[in-house]
Amino acid sequence: MTPKIETKNLQLYYGAHHALKGIDFSANANTVTALIGPSGCGKSTFLRCFNRMNDLIDGCDVEGQILIDGMNINDRYLNVDELRKKVGMVFQKPNPFPKSIFENVAYGLRINGINEKKILEEKVEKALKQAALWEEVKDNLKKSAMSISGGQQQRLCIARALAVEPSLVLMDEPTSALDPISTSKVEELIYQLKEKYTILIVTHNMQQAARVSDKTAFFYIGEMIEYNDTTEIFTNPKIERTQNYITGRFG
Amino acid sequence: MNKRLSQKIFFTLFRLISLMIVIVLFSILGFIIFNGAKSISWHFLTQMPTDGMTKGGIFPAIVGTLILVLGSMIFAFPVGVAAAIYMNEYVKEGPVKRFMRLMTSNLAGVPSIVFGLFGMALFVNQLHFGDSIIAGSLTLGLLALPVVIRTTEEALKQVDDSFRLASIGLGATKLQTIGKVTLPIAFPNIITGLILSIGRVSGETAPILFTVAAYFLPKLPHSIFDQVMALPYHLYVIATSGTNITESRPIAYGTALVLISIVLICNITASVIRNVLGKRNK
Repeated sequence: MTPKIETKNLQLYYGAHHALKGIDFSANANTVTALIGPSGCGKSTFLRCFNRMNDLIDGCDVEGQILIDGMNINDRYLNVDELRKKVGMVFQKPNPFPKSIFENVAYGLRINGINEKKILEEKVEKALKQAALWEEVKDNLKKSAMSISGGQQQRLCIARALAVEPSLVLMDEPTSALDPISTSKVEELIYQLKEKYTILIVTHNMQQAARVSDKTAFFYIGEMIEYNDTTEIFTNPKIERTQNYITGRFG
Repeated sequence: MNKRLSQKIFFTLFRLISLMIVIVLFSILGFIIFNGAKSISWHFLTQMPTDGMTKGGIFPAIVGTLILVLGSMIFAFPVGVAAAIYMNEYVKEGPVKRFMRLMTSNLAGVPSIVFGLFGMALFVNQLHFGDSIIAGSLTLGLLALPVVIRTTEEALKQVDDSFRLASIGLGATKLQTIGKVTLPIAFPNIITGLILSIGRVSGETAPILFTVAAYFLPKLPHSIFDQVMALPYHLYVIATSGTNITESRPIAYGTALVLISIVLICNITASVIRNVLGKRNK
């Protein structure tokens, strides 16, 4: 089985700073992979390689192969806007647009030229259901997205990402700005979403990594130190540095 | 104790100075209203000037100023917003951007009479527009340009980057992001800048002096190549070089009141719009 996503000897530089050092990584479809490690270790940078968000940073240079469904996306002739439609992203802080709940979810569809009301309504409803938000907002779709709670906003952002039907979803510390109850809702959601999507999630929360992911990759100063089944990483890490990190001795 | 005392002295001083600014504004307003209010009537606002501008109304000057404001904004608004979008959304920080900023600031610092002379040289003479609405509007538009650029740039800068990232992350192009996310969010502040520059433009005399303003023209324009009267120039004329300065003094104060009212209404509208639309985005 070909892996859903793969990197081969991925090198990334911010100017003179060598931020990712030869990462060889692969993840299968319909799995959740957690990326953990101390701040500045390169895990978020690694995540952003898969939708080429690093392109937006001046002086960022990426070498090596990044494959999605066997196709190398680290190619300067690639249409990145098309790529980003297939790779959804959820950010650290909930960032819904100051528009209505409906228009937030419909945004990705509209930029794809879908404007027919019936199709929009269908897809918005489907995405909100997938994001486990439909029941809470179905009567208030016209309400401003800024008026719902932070946890609801983050699930709205997940729905917004899902509406364009990506196959890969990147989550950059999606619960770090949320309270515990909202966090557990989002975690439950991640677990369900794996049926349809492949998910990469950056997290600082060890318990979260243990709860939601199938596999875990530990990053340290630009290197992927250890990558294995989550249960293995948390119960029987092979490398001392990994063990020190997950037991809270540093980081 | 000593520190406390000096604190008190300085705060009192600052308070007095702030108060003085308010007093200055209210003195000007009070003076104009006191002297001008009795001239204001429906007749004054809607009639042509008569008897060598010592009697009658200021209707053509009001219409002229409104046309010039509209004309200058039709030019300055799209150009200024486009320039600001380019500078804030496309150009990276660096020498090019610094140079453009510096030039915009310099443009804002050019004396308005120089704009007037430039407008006369380019639009009136070189392009053969003659003394006309189009020449005056373009000259005023140039004057308003740096204000529009700067306020739009500020407005765009205030749009949180997370909105842009969210849009780009969904596969929107940069242009789609600007059109559907950045501009709508920045809109209240952009409009505020626009209205403030309307206030600025409507009061300018020097740029229209050689490009459009008519000394006495008791009829309305028929095309953009006609001359018009305008409030600030009309005020200047009847206060300094009219046929009978003493007799036309009430009209001068009335004109000043109308002009200052237009500017104040613009400023108040700007803050109302900012508050109302700004709240909607929260």
